[in-house]
Amino acid sequence: MQSKREREKVGREKLQNIVESCRSVEKRSLDPFLIDVSESINVARQYLPEWEIPEDLCLDAETIHQLASVIKLQSEWVKHRSTSLYTDPFLLEEKLERMPKEEIVGTFLKIWCPIVELEQISLHSLAEAMRYWESLLPLSERWKELSPAEVEAGLATKEELVEQKILRDKAFSEELEDLWRELKAKAKDADGRISYWDFVGAETYEETVDRAFMTSFLITYGYATLEIHPLEEQVFIKPHETPEAKVGKKQLISVPIAIPVEEWIRWKNGEQK
Amino acid sequence: MSKRKAYYASKVKRATHMLFYKRHKKPGVKGWELRKVLGSDYPKVLKVLDDYLKAMDLQVKTVFEEERQIEKPTLEQLDKARFFVTLRGELTPKEAKMVGWRIDDLAGLAITISHIISKKGKAPRKEVEELLRNKLPGWKVGLNIDRYVHYGYLSQDENEQLYLDWRTRAEVDQKALIDLLLRAEG
Repeated sequence: MQSKREREKVGREKLQNIVESCRSVEKRSLDPFLIDVSESINVARQYLPEWEIPEDLCLDAETIHQLASVIKLQSEWVKHRSTSLYTDPFLLEEKLERMPKEEIVGTFLKIWCPIVELEQISLHSLAEAMRYWESLLPLSERWKELSPAEVEAGLATKEELVEQKILRDKAFSEELEDLWRELKAKAKDADGRISYWDFVGAETYEETVDRAFMTSFLITYGYATLEIHPLEEQVFIKPHETPEAKVGKKQLISVPIAIPVEEWIRWKNGEQK
Repeated sequence: MSKRKAYYASKVKRATHMLFYKRHKKPGVKGWELRKVLGSDYPKVLKVLDDYLKAMDLQVKTVFEEERQIEKPTLEQLDKARFFVTLRGELTPKEAKMVGWRIDDLAGLAITISHIISKKGKAPRKEVEELLRNKLPGWKVGLNIDRYVHYGYLSQDENEQLYLDWRTRAEVDQKALIDLLLRAEG
């Protein structure tokens, strides 16, 4: 008596064999009736109760999918055989083998109707071409050389990189801590929380986006939390006194907050709730 | 000349220019192009032209998008079809040489086309190469298949499977070819 493990192993091998055979029939245009579909389905059915892990169930699904493709090929095969164009390839191959080249060509010429194509220059097209040539600017004028501005290689200073926003002027953690302190100070003046837009909003839109980006880290790393009032469409941000590690305690959720320019303008004009 | 005759004579002239001279990379003209230039009665103009061409052993051939001949095509099917002028009768082997084909290359084409037809319109390139190698020198086999593909008789996919392409559909009566080959005494 086979153990369950052995039965699973044999079953996997059998299904893999079926999948491989189906694939080779499809790829190499072999006779699809080489596959005994009914027997293969019986094999798949026999082992289906054994499968427990997703990989085995996927293999079972793949087997059924491949068998379906073979059934489709079989149906096409039958359809083709019933048309007047059906010829046994072996019979034809044998015929062609025995026929001399001259006879094959003679036969082909009886049914070959090559397309008639002409390519000819006319006086009209010559005159047209001449007119085009006359109006064509010389290459030197059409392809004026663009001399690229010469730039001398040199070293960039830290200030320049900060200016180009390649580097930040403070370390990330330092910047995060500063923002946290700022949040705590602002929230203290209010009732322990501050409107999200009042906190991230800045003089320029770029600065606002930058503050929103940093604020998202404040929340993710547990320095602060969001208070959302969906009905009032208000979002508040509340600082924690000490960073809180949330993982494992509560289920974390992502809150996407869009920062569109229009919203920023409304905030700046004091129209934001 | 009656008004009606003059009308068709001028349209037939335009149709001749369009069909004989290559306008695109592929020869032939699409139905909708003919309709644009000749008007909606272009199938009738083509019929008149076909009658004229009969005397010169030429014909107007229609190749439908559906890859098969259609007995009574709709206007939509005609618009999508491609029209060519082809030979109506037969060429002699000597004439075939004159139109630029060597006997070996033509025999190779006949074998390739008939093999693909017998394989339901698709055959692996390797299999066709093997078949051609029986009667053609090995170095020529690959070159010939590339040439058939270049001319539009065959197409090849990324899995190196060969199919019959637009030129075979325009120039070769597939059923007649198979019938003739099977009836041949060889």
